[in-house]
Amino acid sequence: MSRVLSLYPPRAWAAIAAAALIVAVAVPLANIAVPGASVFHLSDYWVTLAGKIMCFAMVAIAMDLIWGYTGILSLGHGLFFALGGYALGMYLMRSIGIEGVYKSELPDFMVFLDWKAYPWYWNFTDHFWYCALLAVAVPALLAFVFGYFAFRSRIKGVYFSIITQALTYAFMLLFFRNDTGFGGNNGFTDFKRILDFPIATPGTRMALFVATGLALIGCLLLARAIVVSKLGRVLTAIRDAESRVMFFGYNPLWYKLFVWTLSAAMAGLAGALYVPQVGIINPSEMSPANSIEIAIWVAVGGRGTLVGAILGAILVNGAKSWFTQAFPEYWLFFLGALFIAVTLFLPNGVIGLLDRVRNRAEA
Amino acid sequence: MTSPAATLQDPGDQSAPDYGHLLRPGLDVSHKAILYLEDITVSFDGFRALNKLTLTIDAGELRCVIGPNGAGKTTMMDVITGKTRPDSGTAYFGQTIDLTRLTEPEIAHAGIGRKFQKPTVFERHSVFENLELAMKADKRVRRTLSARLGAEDRDRIAATLERVGLATGAGRPAGLLSHGQKQWLEIGMLLMQEPQLLLLDEPVAGMTDAETERTAELFASLAGSHSLIVVEHDMDFVARIARTVTVLHEGSVLAEGPMDTVQSDPRVVEVYLGR
Repeated sequence: MSRVLSLYPPRAWAAIAAAALIVAVAVPLANIAVPGASVFHLSDYWVTLAGKIMCFAMVAIAMDLIWGYTGILSLGHGLFFALGGYALGMYLMRSIGIEGVYKSELPDFMVFLDWKAYPWYWNFTDHFWYCALLAVAVPALLAFVFGYFAFRSRIKGVYFSIITQALTYAFMLLFFRNDTGFGGNNGFTDFKRILDFPIATPGTRMALFVATGLALIGCLLLARAIVVSKLGRVLTAIRDAESRVMFFGYNPLWYKLFVWTLSAAMAGLAGALYVPQVGIINPSEMSPANSIEIAIWVAVGGRGTLVGAILGAILVNGAKSWFTQAFPEYWLFFLGALFIAVTLFLPNGVIGLLDRVRNRAEA
Repeated sequence: MTSPAATLQDPGDQSAPDYGHLLRPGLDVSHKAILYLEDITVSFDGFRALNKLTLTIDAGELRCVIGPNGAGKTTMMDVITGKTRPDSGTAYFGQTIDLTRLTEPEIAHAGIGRKFQKPTVFERHSVFENLELAMKADKRVRRTLSARLGAEDRDRIAATLERVGLATGAGRPAGLLSHGQKQWLEIGMLLMQEPQLLLLDEPVAGMTDAETERTAELFASLAGSHSLIVVEHDMDFVARIARTVTVLHEGSVLAEGPMDTVQSDPRVVEVYLGR
């Protein structure tokens, strides 16, 4: 634990403040105010990529809380991410208005299904804040109910991981169905505007980027506050010796449920910020492989460090965006090899490697 | 989690049956005894681990429980701490707390602390943090999230560190401690819960002679203010600390009394040496 504390010296606070300034001031200036010909200009491609990766980094923090600190490997966090995305996507679909292909009040996929009205669960989804709330509340509620039964039955370890895989897979199949009412195979896309601003303009894109960056920093600070609290020490104690924790009068059920639900909500928030930036959400986001990838980000960065999770998300996704352009067919092989290499040689991830290098330098 | 005390009847409740004295919330040791086990039977697949076990421990007593392997010592601890439910029989903590109806965390909260055979401390937490986690406090999630260590808490942790001999190096990860030190740390963790009853399963197993000596002193200092049940194989250690010894055999009490009386009991001799 003292190692974790040492990751947050005053210098780290300065770094966090600097990151906030970069996200909120430097990037917008470099993208919008600096002319395109200048070397300091940041292209839209980079802004979108960075925005996406920041969303992934939020999921990675969520994953680190539950896996790195509490020792519960979730292989279903892609589901919470996607549910958050779908929740905000409902609002974005409603905002299209009658500008769809069929010029109807209803989204095109509903017209195609010959539906005459929105199903009940689409009620109020024309309100942005309602959908923003759903994006956090729906994953949280699902996680709470699922977690309550799983943790109460003392399901742990690989069994829990497999069940979460099955859960996200089941939801993927459900969302693939057209009559589920979420666009089936194609999901939601062709968004036109968000909060009455056209969605594809540089200004809106930058606003989404800044919002994502600040949300990421907020999530980091929240997660940090949790892990350095006594509750954080109880979580790691549950990870290391759960039965012992019970004998000291803590009920691990509520601790696990707290961090699991929070983690799901955080993933949902990330999904809600992701969808307007990439312009599409479909059931493939719930594929089991996506959830596994989230675990790999955290493993690569270093479990139980928070900053490691962010670093891992940046490294793996940065590599992915380059790899899938340069050698598209080899990406999954590379990912698998990366996972094996990290497991074998870097049990504490990149952060662990940096620690080791620093210790050697000091010795 | 509700406090077991909250489930007890209100003293003013007229419908309360007359037991001769009013029921008070919390641990009631007004009849001198802190733990009653009566006719406890536990079977695993037909094997009777405990067979109508009856045992009473007085408040402030230091009781040693000995017996050959399979005598039911660990199962008895499991019943007291709620890990195993008895098939029949009653288990009371004080006059009023029915242990067979409480969950493990509730029993811990009621004031029974258990030290396992194998020391299990939180290896990655510092010695200090181990004690902090064990400290008697509101253990619910929200309170734990906002918990801050007050000066009083720090003093209590420091006093406990002193008592178990770990005052130096409290910032070290507990995983770096020696075997004996881990045992002490675990006893310290139990003490932080302010238990009335301590269950100690082979506390000196694997300890050096010097460590065993220190542990005997520690237990002697704890008796009186705490009740202790010590399960131990080391007869020298038992002879040194015990005032009353209970011998378990095949799931029930074979003999009970001062060490020398028990040692000369022909049935005990037969169980340990005969056959």
